[in-house]
Amino acid sequence: MGYASTVKMPFGPQHPALKEPEHFLFELDGDTVVGVTPRIGYVHRGIEKALELSTYGHGLYLAERICGICTVAHTCCYTQAIEELMGIEVPPRAKYIRTIMSELERLHSHSLWVGLVAHEAGFDTLFMYAWRDREAILSLFQEITGGRVLHAINTLGGVRRDISPELADKIRCTMEYFEGRVKDYRRIIRTEPTFLKRTRDVGVLKPSDAAKLDAVGPTLRGSGIKEDVRRDDPYIAYDEMPFNVISSDGCDVFARTEVRVEEMMESIGIIRYALDRMPAGVFRVRAPRNAPAGECVSRVEAPRGEDMHFARSDGTAKPERYKVRAPTLANIPALCRMLVGIHVADIPIILAGIDPCFSCMDRMVVVRGGRASGTLQSKRDV
Amino acid sequence: MSIAGEALKQLRRRPCTIRYPVEKAKVPNGFRGMPVWDMQKCILCVLCQNACPPGAIRLIGKGPDAEIEYLLDRCIFCEECAEVCPKRAIAMSHRFELAGFDRSKMAFRFRKDRQVQGQHDAPKTSDSTGKG
Repeated sequence: MGYASTVKMPFGPQHPALKEPEHFLFELDGDTVVGVTPRIGYVHRGIEKALELSTYGHGLYLAERICGICTVAHTCCYTQAIEELMGIEVPPRAKYIRTIMSELERLHSHSLWVGLVAHEAGFDTLFMYAWRDREAILSLFQEITGGRVLHAINTLGGVRRDISPELADKIRCTMEYFEGRVKDYRRIIRTEPTFLKRTRDVGVLKPSDAAKLDAVGPTLRGSGIKEDVRRDDPYIAYDEMPFNVISSDGCDVFARTEVRVEEMMESIGIIRYALDRMPAGVFRVRAPRNAPAGECVSRVEAPRGEDMHFARSDGTAKPERYKVRAPTLANIPALCRMLVGIHVADIPIILAGIDPCFSCMDRMVVVRGGRASGTLQSKRDV
Repeated sequence: MSIAGEALKQLRRRPCTIRYPVEKAKVPNGFRGMPVWDMQKCILCVLCQNACPPGAIRLIGKGPDAEIEYLLDRCIFCEECAEVCPKRAIAMSHRFELAGFDRSKMAFRFRKDRQVQGQHDAPKTSDSTGKG
């Protein structure tokens, strides 16, 4: 008598899944998780306030730094919102270059994730190979934009650097190499028994739950729901691109892996199509300094899911309010549902399975009685 | 078995990594390294100061004694300054080994009369050809 039937186990904040701080408090009954409480807000950086204090041109570089991996997605979203407010139309060539950059980013983010999930599944060989191959994309970024991680290519009114025909050939060459590698990953993940045993029926998220809890990106598509901002609300040049929205009915970590690997194949197809049909002409128009008063919501399909930016301007050179909803935040409720009813040993792979980027999503810290504590925000607040 | 095949293939290739401090990575043309000012061309118009998002560039003083102060520790290497310069006086060099322990050594001053005058080892413009 006197023993509690459940045990509380803290997980994190020292990098529970990826190398980012996040805290989850698990309630355990034996080896089974019966409840989970997330606590977010460890890496709140005050980016929204900083965006409100900087001009539109300078804010772009802050938006770029929201996430190190989805830099193109965040800058696409930012430029899209501000261009809408300013009322400028981006030249078609710039749209194509943005599309190519977005898809290259998806390739690099997904191959990074395939490596990470293999690492969490105890399959470090695939981790090493996936990260070796990702290097080809990073080198390509360096040639196109001059930076491996922070590209600084999107700007208000277009892009800052053009893709020359020689560079286009180089991209085609890398795509040739990468296509072979992605086919290899696909074969490995489908046939490797260790990987299958570690990921099949782990972290199940039913389609009804995924829709109800507003999961986004590959987490949602891994539960069999075909939703993709690129198809549902086409931005930049996606309305002209032929591609399939990939989904899988497995609803587990394996299905999410499959979705991402198949998406990489689609991305290669989009990049080839865009390179072949890139319209000639200017790639940048001049953007005004001020934006007229107004509000705008912009959506982009980042590699991790739907990324949403909101901007309100009051006619000056700085936004009055800027709000960012990164994809990981939308996936947290679904993640908590996946984590209930599993074994403790499966926690890391399920956490890594949503491709979390905790520092992107931390938008606020609530201070109560002098102590900082993060809270999970409701969808309405967001 | 595909993993074993890949491992055998890799045996015949060079390692993916380089022996870094001994062997330097090659950077392509257009790499955004540390910006350097060509003070022969500079007209002290402060457009770069206004364009710099983190405020890493400052004009100090007035008239012929004016200096451009560049703070390496604030710089985000976005190339806005080089892009906005009407005289093309700023070039992004290929230097990327810029880490240091002392922030006070990361302030560089460029003056008009003496071509490059740094508080510390300010890089020469000719360095922009990039030896890594």
